[in-house]
Amino acid sequence: MSVSNAIDQPAVRPAAARNIARTFWQTLGRRLRRDPVSILCFGFLVAIVLMALFAPWIAPADPYQVNMLQRLQPPGTEGFILGTDELGRDLLSRLMYGARMSLFMGLAPVFIATIIGGTLGVVAGYAGGWVNTAIMRVMDVFYAFPSVLLAVAISGSLGGGVRNGLIALSLVFTPSIARVAESVTVQVRTQDYVEAARATGAPAWRILMTHVLRNVAGTIFVFSTSLVSVSIIIASGLSFLGLGVSLPEAEWGMMLSSMRQSVYLAPLNSVLPGVMIFVTSVSLNLLSDGIRSAMNVKG
Amino acid sequence: MAGFIAYRLLYVLPISIGVSLICFALTYMAPGDPASSIIPDDASPEVAAQIRAAYGFDRPLPIQYLLWLWRVLSGDFGVSLSTGRPVTDEVIPAMMNTLSLAGGGALLAAFVGITLGTLAAYRNGRLSDRAISAVGIAGMSVPQYWLAMVMVAIFAVELGVLPASGMGQPGDDFGRTLSFYVLPILTLATVPAGIIARSVRSTVSETLQQEFVQALEAKGLPAWRIFLHVAKNAAGPALAVIGLQFANLLGGSILVETVFSWPGTGFLLNAAIFMRDLPVMQATVLLLAMFFIVANLLVDILQMLFDPRVKSARRG
Amino acid sequence: MTILSPQSDYDTAPDRGGPRQPMLIVQGLRKHFGIGGGFNGKAAVVRAVDGVSFDVPKNKTLGIVGESGCGKSTTAKLLMQLIRADEGEIILDGDPVAMSRGVSLRDYRRSVQMVFQDSYASLNPRLSLQDTVAFGPRATGIPQAAAMRRAHDMLRRVGLAPEVFASRLPHELSGGQRQRVNIARALAMNPRVLILDEAVSALDKSVEAQVLNLLQDLKQELGLTYLFISHDLNVVRYISDRVMVMYLGKVVEIGDVKDVFDHALHPYTRGLLSSRPSMNPRQRRTEPPLSGDPPSPIDPPSGCRFRTRCSFAETVCAEREPPLASLGLDQQVACHAVTPGSGHTQASAGEGASQ
Repeated sequence: MSVSNAIDQPAVRPAAARNIARTFWQTLGRRLRRDPVSILCFGFLVAIVLMALFAPWIAPADPYQVNMLQRLQPPGTEGFILGTDELGRDLLSRLMYGARMSLFMGLAPVFIATIIGGTLGVVAGYAGGWVNTAIMRVMDVFYAFPSVLLAVAISGSLGGGVRNGLIALSLVFTPSIARVAESVTVQVRTQDYVEAARATGAPAWRILMTHVLRNVAGTIFVFSTSLVSVSIIIASGLSFLGLGVSLPEAEWGMMLSSMRQSVYLAPLNSVLPGVMIFVTSVSLNLLSDGIRSAMNVKG
Repeated sequence: MAGFIAYRLLYVLPISIGVSLICFALTYMAPGDPASSIIPDDASPEVAAQIRAAYGFDRPLPIQYLLWLWRVLSGDFGVSLSTGRPVTDEVIPAMMNTLSLAGGGALLAAFVGITLGTLAAYRNGRLSDRAISAVGIAGMSVPQYWLAMVMVAIFAVELGVLPASGMGQPGDDFGRTLSFYVLPILTLATVPAGIIARSVRSTVSETLQQEFVQALEAKGLPAWRIFLHVAKNAAGPALAVIGLQFANLLGGSILVETVFSWPGTGFLLNAAIFMRDLPVMQATVLLLAMFFIVANLLVDILQMLFDPRVKSARRG
Repeated sequence: MTILSPQSDYDTAPDRGGPRQPMLIVQGLRKHFGIGGGFNGKAAVVRAVDGVSFDVPKNKTLGIVGESGCGKSTTAKLLMQLIRADEGEIILDGDPVAMSRGVSLRDYRRSVQMVFQDSYASLNPRLSLQDTVAFGPRATGIPQAAAMRRAHDMLRRVGLAPEVFASRLPHELSGGQRQRVNIARALAMNPRVLILDEAVSALDKSVEAQVLNLLQDLKQELGLTYLFISHDLNVVRYISDRVMVMYLGKVVEIGDVKDVFDHALHPYTRGLLSSRPSMNPRQRRTEPPLSGDPPSPIDPPSGCRFRTRCSFAETVCAEREPPLASLGLDQQVACHAVTPGSGHTQASAGEGASQ
């Protein structure tokens, strides 16, 4: 699992690099536009998202229509551009519909974990003292599990299903985001401008909103985006084990799992959903790399 | 230094307690009465109550936790609900199988990752560097269970040169036994190899840009001797990544073992989840997590031996 | 420059104690930082500020000097209540701070503001200048529009035309301009005391002079009281009315700026002063300049903390800590050698020296 890149992230510096300020997002956008790899990945991801959003209108066939006479037709067969699966369902349509659930399971847990982990980390970093110790030590405990193991263990005991998968994955990502958020917040909090704000006697929440959050949000955001591909992979892994979405819902990991035995009969068909996961994940990683190097470069 | 090691060793204690709490909680997160999985469906209410009392399910939760922890510490993980054998008899052999796979995967990943990463760093910015970096990204983006299926499709189905699943028979000769390891290890090694290559590349190229390297070049030292200096400086961070990857292989093996029907902890855990065999599940998760903790501990200590500055950079 | 009625949106604390009541009285301020600890490291204590007492008259400037690590900046942060003191009392215009029936911490904080050394680090890189200056007033409950008006007033007052600068970001300014913003931000709180912690040290000499002049003007216009912390003795002499010399967390000498600079009594003060280069050969002093580094504040010398570097040290200096004794009209010194009856062999001669 590329879960591990959730762990070996270098300590990220606060995005408050001296030369980037208000035009932060514009600068980022401008730099990314100069990077052909990032453009390509971005374009591909947009295509996937559009495909997922408009699946009901653009899919050539009903993804749930079983046809036992036309099982495992090779790609290019009349009427089935990418062939059929082990129950004779149109693979292209299933891949389009599958994008919905796979993207959702990539984005939603990271979003939830960013809100929860970001809040915990910022609060821990800003408060310091025993609040920090209490929050971060609990995070350390969750961090002591390999990510896949934690996800499997939690959704395994909660039982399968989308909701439980969501809970499990959010729990997996919360500690790493909290760690990043805490370390940037600690750095920002010792800046003189935070001291100056404290000197006005302003309440802590106001200082957090105005001075801390604005300067840590970028770093947390970049780190979170790097987790989306991990989330997609683990989520499909859960479905692959039968812990994610339930049949007959189309989801890439689930499709891989259900065609596992067909690998002997129609290898090409059975690995296609994996190609989707792989390409999406590569694009996300390359784009996240692009964002990171665009942000670190001074100028 | 000794202080740091002592601190790091002691820190394992609260973390382990936390981990054991989570493992204990797994039972209670499961829907339904945790005792119901132990009590036979046809048991009379009196028998059911007796079983509850015997397992301590009628006690308050903290007491139950302490009782459970005490049993675990004395090596008693209970009895598997699906096979009726002691859990330890199931988990220990599985652990051995997982470790041999993860160890092989880690060695391969370290070798490939270090070689590619160093090459890329020396070819900084050139085509080969970019190619290697792309391979690194691809390596870390691949879903392992899918890669496993692709491997099976190519090597077992199309070419028919390697076995697709299992560990073979006890009587197999050495070469045959080894052949069962090839595909799982190749699969397991891919993701960590990509991550290690990327990390080694950035560490080595950072080191190459340092002034002491220029000074060595100015002295006219041959390239291979300069490389020794660079390697010494890049070793600490590289070691850290490799150690973490080994630890992660333990977790990642869950899916790979399932595809290859490899009788390791992942396979066992997966089976236990579907049989709702809670004692086996608990024991597997706890043991894997403990391995992970120990691996992290060793990485921290080794890394500090390589680079004493690490100590000051860490909390605590 | 006309006063732009800064009080219009504000309630200023009235001058309660009258002109003779010191603006600030500090008594027995103490802060020890614990370091190390853990499993084998013995917990050590840095005596950063170790029983500091002084007072600052209204509308005057107290300069604080000393080598780095002497506790100047810690004193500033303690006075700002940015870190909590272990011991000590602060009295603002006759009212004890953060005590029952005294000034509340909130009111105190508004009355005492600070300008930091690093003009860049002390400005939020993501906030426009007007937002930075308006933050304090906003936080005290002033409506957005009024706070903005006030921010513009303050920017204008420190010489930054709001039409040009109000919506700029810190990285678009020069160091001197940024420090002006910092001053405006502090003034926006309508403070009575301004702590300037090395506020001009990082600036070019020409810019430094402009900012110093601005500070002098503001002090007169707004009736401010300054605590001016610096390692630059010439600047301190220029701007201060009184000066306080610190060494290893203690006050060694305090007095009128002319007295201290012209008739320094403590050997440390004399050493500091003579370590300044002088253009005039006849003004060069004969005392040996300070040599070596100050001892560690973790384990300071017994008795007088300066004795390890002092050429007049005797046994009495190691045995007893010299109290801060009044010598002369308005000068206090903590040195056995100049305090009559201390038992130091030079003590009697010291009595004459103060006249």
